[in-house]
Amino acid sequence: MITQGQFSFLPPLSDAQIAAQVGYALKNGWALSVEHTDDPHPRNTYWEMHGMPMFDLKDPAGILMQIEDCRSTFPDHYVRVIAFDSTRGWEAPRMSFIVNRPKEEPLLRLERQEAQGRILRYTVR
Amino acid sequence: MDRYKAGVISYKKMGYWEPDYVPKETDVLALFRITPQEGVDPEEAAAAVAGESSTATWTVVWTDRLTACEVYRAKAYRIDPVPGSPGQYFAYIAYDLDLFEPGSIANLTASIIGNVFGFKAIKALRLEDMRIPVAYLKTFQGPATGIVVERERLDKFGRPLLGATTKPKLGLSARNYGRVVYEALKGGLDFVKDDENINSQPFMHWRDRFLNCMEAVNKASAATGEVKGHYLNVTAATMEDMYERAEFARELGSVIVMIDLVIGYTAIQSMAKWARKNDMILHLHRAGNSTYARQKNHGMSFRVICKWMRMAGVDHLHAGTVVGKLEGDPHMIKGFYDTLRERHTPASLENGLFFDQDWASLNKVMPVASGGIHAGQMHQLIHYLGEDVVLQFGGGTIGHPMGIQAGATANRVALEAMILARNEGRDLWNEGPQILEAAARWCAPLRAALDTWKDVSFNYASTDTADFVPTATVSA
Repeated sequence: MITQGQFSFLPPLSDAQIAAQVGYALKNGWALSVEHTDDPHPRNTYWEMHGMPMFDLKDPAGILMQIEDCRSTFPDHYVRVIAFDSTRGWEAPRMSFIVNRPKEEPLLRLERQEAQGRILRYTVR
Repeated sequence: MDRYKAGVISYKKMGYWEPDYVPKETDVLALFRITPQEGVDPEEAAAAVAGESSTATWTVVWTDRLTACEVYRAKAYRIDPVPGSPGQYFAYIAYDLDLFEPGSIANLTASIIGNVFGFKAIKALRLEDMRIPVAYLKTFQGPATGIVVERERLDKFGRPLLGATTKPKLGLSARNYGRVVYEALKGGLDFVKDDENINSQPFMHWRDRFLNCMEAVNKASAATGEVKGHYLNVTAATMEDMYERAEFARELGSVIVMIDLVIGYTAIQSMAKWARKNDMILHLHRAGNSTYARQKNHGMSFRVICKWMRMAGVDHLHAGTVVGKLEGDPHMIKGFYDTLRERHTPASLENGLFFDQDWASLNKVMPVASGGIHAGQMHQLIHYLGEDVVLQFGGGTIGHPMGIQAGATANRVALEAMILARNEGRDLWNEGPQILEAAARWCAPLRAALDTWKDVSFNYASTDTADFVPTATVSA
């Protein structure tokens, strides 16, 4: 199981729990964004954006609708919520958590290639 | 001109005491705690410290007159008795910027703490704090990576990072050592760490350790889909050895390397430049600091080390836990953490910060909390330390009764449950134990961790505490 994001070790979040996290981000003045992918490689930084970051949407219910729209369009993808902080000195994501997973999660494999000496070159696939 | 007559005159008369002096924006300021010898006038003691840490020698020299000596003389400009400590004084000293080489911690410290701590006329001396002017900060690289980019590289946001130090710290073979790393990372930690004194000993040479740790890191990364890391300690006898080890860590794909404070300021700056050039996070273990940072009357405060290390360019620095086994008064720790993480730290006497400090966009350093902490303290750790910190549970992971993976899982579940609850607006300080209990109902490893360590606490009085007690005042 992929354990990226803030809450992967907890049971799947309910909509009410997601709304509370969204509320926390909004209270901090952060913009929320929904992204999805079928490739959870640890270095896959750019998941597909499900619309633009919602800079002007301040209502958790509206953001929940956007999350639901992404989940129903891509039920077998990973979906994550990201909160962007535009404050000087941050200007970066401040939250990131998974809100949907494929029914069967892909297994990542570690491939090893022998190099000089005892060195191994690793690739995660 | 009596001032330049051959012979000995007081430091005050030599011009190192200037009570009317108004510090310039570009001055380096230092605050010393001075304990003068019996019968020594505190102003003279302060002037002596200013003199001996800048241009003075014990006698008048005519060659001063060949220079703009008024500029180069440090000026003691204020002296206050230390509250509650008779015989001790806080002395404020200003240094002109041109006394220091740009971008050199070694040069700065050779003046400020160079000769003066052994000066006979003072019984004891402590460097409490410094104000580094923006003009000087801009000559330093600062942290190679910084908190923002570290989080982006690791793809980990909105929660403290979790780490552990491999135990036992000495004696494991490389193969067995890597086992501990794999189990802890797979169980849910983000980082595992070499201890400060793991370098290249007969029981495990460094290349073997690096190879086995990177097998563990990559295997755990594939198992979890997360970026994982192990702080490979590259501390060694010479710079050449350290570069060799760091380059091997880079070749193997490590995201982070580690050094110890005992390698010295110049070596730290060299490694920070190397880390910036090689996209590497640089972890600094503060080995040795308590030899001079813990006692209040002599040495230097750790907050000064925090400032110098942010300038020198490390990304991680051990800065206390408050609740764990090592020295740490909550107010003092807050001063250290703010110094490492904030863009600007206002003067705050109860937190030991004597000056306003603008950090001039130098990257933020990630503080590391390590030493005698466990999952049952999660709410207190987040309360005191916030979310931009690495929480390191060494014994609290590896000593778990159900094994290392379970220990790591217990810590990760406790952390995520606590962050979730904090964001929901719950009061962690009061409800923390219930939040942990609720998570332990469905997480057996957390249940076992809470049962094993529930009675562990380290309640000893701190040695290094504030001299100023916060009192309710009406601000002017």
